[in-house]
Amino acid sequence: MTVLTQGHSVTEEARNRRFGPLYSRNAKAVIGRGLMATKSSNWMVMLSGFFEPVLFLLSMGVGMGAVVGSVQGPGGQEISYAAYIAPALLAVSAMNGAVYDSTWNVFFKMNFAKLYQGMLYTSLGPLDVAMGEIFLALLRGLLYATGFTAVMGLMGLITTPWALLMVPASVLIAFGFASFGMGITSFMKTFQQMDWINFIMLPMFLFSATFYPLSVYPEYIQWLIQAMPLWHGVELLRQINAATFTPATAVHIGYYLVMIVLGLMLTTGRLRSLFLK
Amino acid sequence: MSAKAAGATPPQYVITAEDLTKTYGDVTAVDGISFSVPAGESFGLLGPNGAGKSTTMKMIGGVAQRTSGSLTIMGLDPEQHGPEVRAHLGVVPQQDNLDEELKVRDNLLVYGRYFGLPMSYLRPKADELLEFAQLTDKAKSKVDALSGGMKRRLTIARSLINEPRILLLDEPTTGLDPQARHILWDRLFRLKEQGVTLILTTHYMDEAEQLCDRIIVVDKGRIMAEGSPASLIRDYSTREVLELRFGSERNASIAGELEGIGERLETLPDRVLIYTHDGEAALEEVSARGLRPLTSLVRRSSLEDVFLRLTGRSLVD
Repeated sequence: MTVLTQGHSVTEEARNRRFGPLYSRNAKAVIGRGLMATKSSNWMVMLSGFFEPVLFLLSMGVGMGAVVGSVQGPGGQEISYAAYIAPALLAVSAMNGAVYDSTWNVFFKMNFAKLYQGMLYTSLGPLDVAMGEIFLALLRGLLYATGFTAVMGLMGLITTPWALLMVPASVLIAFGFASFGMGITSFMKTFQQMDWINFIMLPMFLFSATFYPLSVYPEYIQWLIQAMPLWHGVELLRQINAATFTPATAVHIGYYLVMIVLGLMLTTGRLRSLFLK
Repeated sequence: MSAKAAGATPPQYVITAEDLTKTYGDVTAVDGISFSVPAGESFGLLGPNGAGKSTTMKMIGGVAQRTSGSLTIMGLDPEQHGPEVRAHLGVVPQQDNLDEELKVRDNLLVYGRYFGLPMSYLRPKADELLEFAQLTDKAKSKVDALSGGMKRRLTIARSLINEPRILLLDEPTTGLDPQARHILWDRLFRLKEQGVTLILTTHYMDEAEQLCDRIIVVDKGRIMAEGSPASLIRDYSTREVLELRFGSERNASIAGELEGIGERLETLPDRVLIYTHDGEAALEEVSARGLRPLTSLVRRSSLEDVFLRLTGRSLVD
């Protein structure tokens, strides 16, 4: 038996590929690894991430909705309270899924499993790792969004075919959070620091016009909320579900595009400085 | 051109380091070291913990940026061509970083995918490497379930998935029991026979003697000596060593009475070492002077003695 075979052709082919210092066009290997690892992971954890917003929708939308009655939608039309908060909860679930995958999962792989050190000792560059991990977070976000949109459909909360666009829009939201989340996680060294992520996420979930309109706040609070990413996601999905598109729609989408680019730059830069120092 | 035809021509260096330096803030981990490694050589960096061995390995792998000096691996600068250089390298880090979420065989397949290698190549290759690492019956096991020695062998198998020309081994047998070490040495020796260039760091002198054609002795980031294990021992030590123990209280005080026996005397907290060509004769001389050591031992000189001579300190503290 020989370990070194004479014909190096296959390896040579891989070697001769053009490599940048950061990116070897091989994020798919990181994705493949993630999918393979998922097979052995805990499916209950995956499912709980899907059911959480569904339970919120049932309790708040159906339960509270019976008290609240109908509210004014984005286009000025009267809609049920459940139809009002459902798109917002979809945005929250996209955020939660992406943040969970890109923070806790990444934190563990970075500090305990030493997974990224191993990856960066191969032909992979930091950008391959970042893109692969973020893609996995998005895939999960896509599954959640599809499932939740189906539940909305079953509950009669969808009235327009435009609502199908909520699925790709959720992925856009997840992309923004995932690309930033991974970069921020790279600064974290202890579990205590990780708790800060929840400290930011929970208020964002509660106050980003998720359960009531922004107009209840004084103006300066409104500005603060509007600077936060989740509000843009909530508004974007709410507009899509009502098929009401305004110039603000473009602003919401633009907000996420900028967030994605900045997040990817941050994450790649951090991986580079952490592991290729 | 194959390496075999290179007999008359000057050796083809796969690694060339000149004045390699790495500082972390105020600390100089590697302080201007130079060496060249020809293809197929087994090259060792021997030194105590903190000597700068691992940092040198990281610079070779392109995952640590040098502060100054030059470094080429297969003719390329690892900082400029990181992924490309690493495609030629197999890396066995000091601590196993196997993918615990994947099964044993999948670890090999996935790692090969990181190099962009196709599954049609990787499937037979993974089976071949499992056999090489004596882990064929563990192919479907979880990594958790492996012993320390098995994990180490899997890490080495993994590092070979891309048919590397250079294998970097950072403290390959630290923490393994003697039997596991010998199995590992045997595997590494086979790789050497197949022409893989081995670069290994170790603070075990027996490991360096077993595996290395040539060694640099490193201390505090500097090269103290360079040569084959045998030539280092010849140049820096005597043929034999007489080890005497008089009890920790008396070792230092009795050293004066041993003056003149052998060529050189080294007093350590726990024992006195007498360097000599003839250990038995030296021991007789000790007895003739009326000294009664608690224990005495005559042995061949080792790299440990070389290190002690060069730095005045033991290799393993």
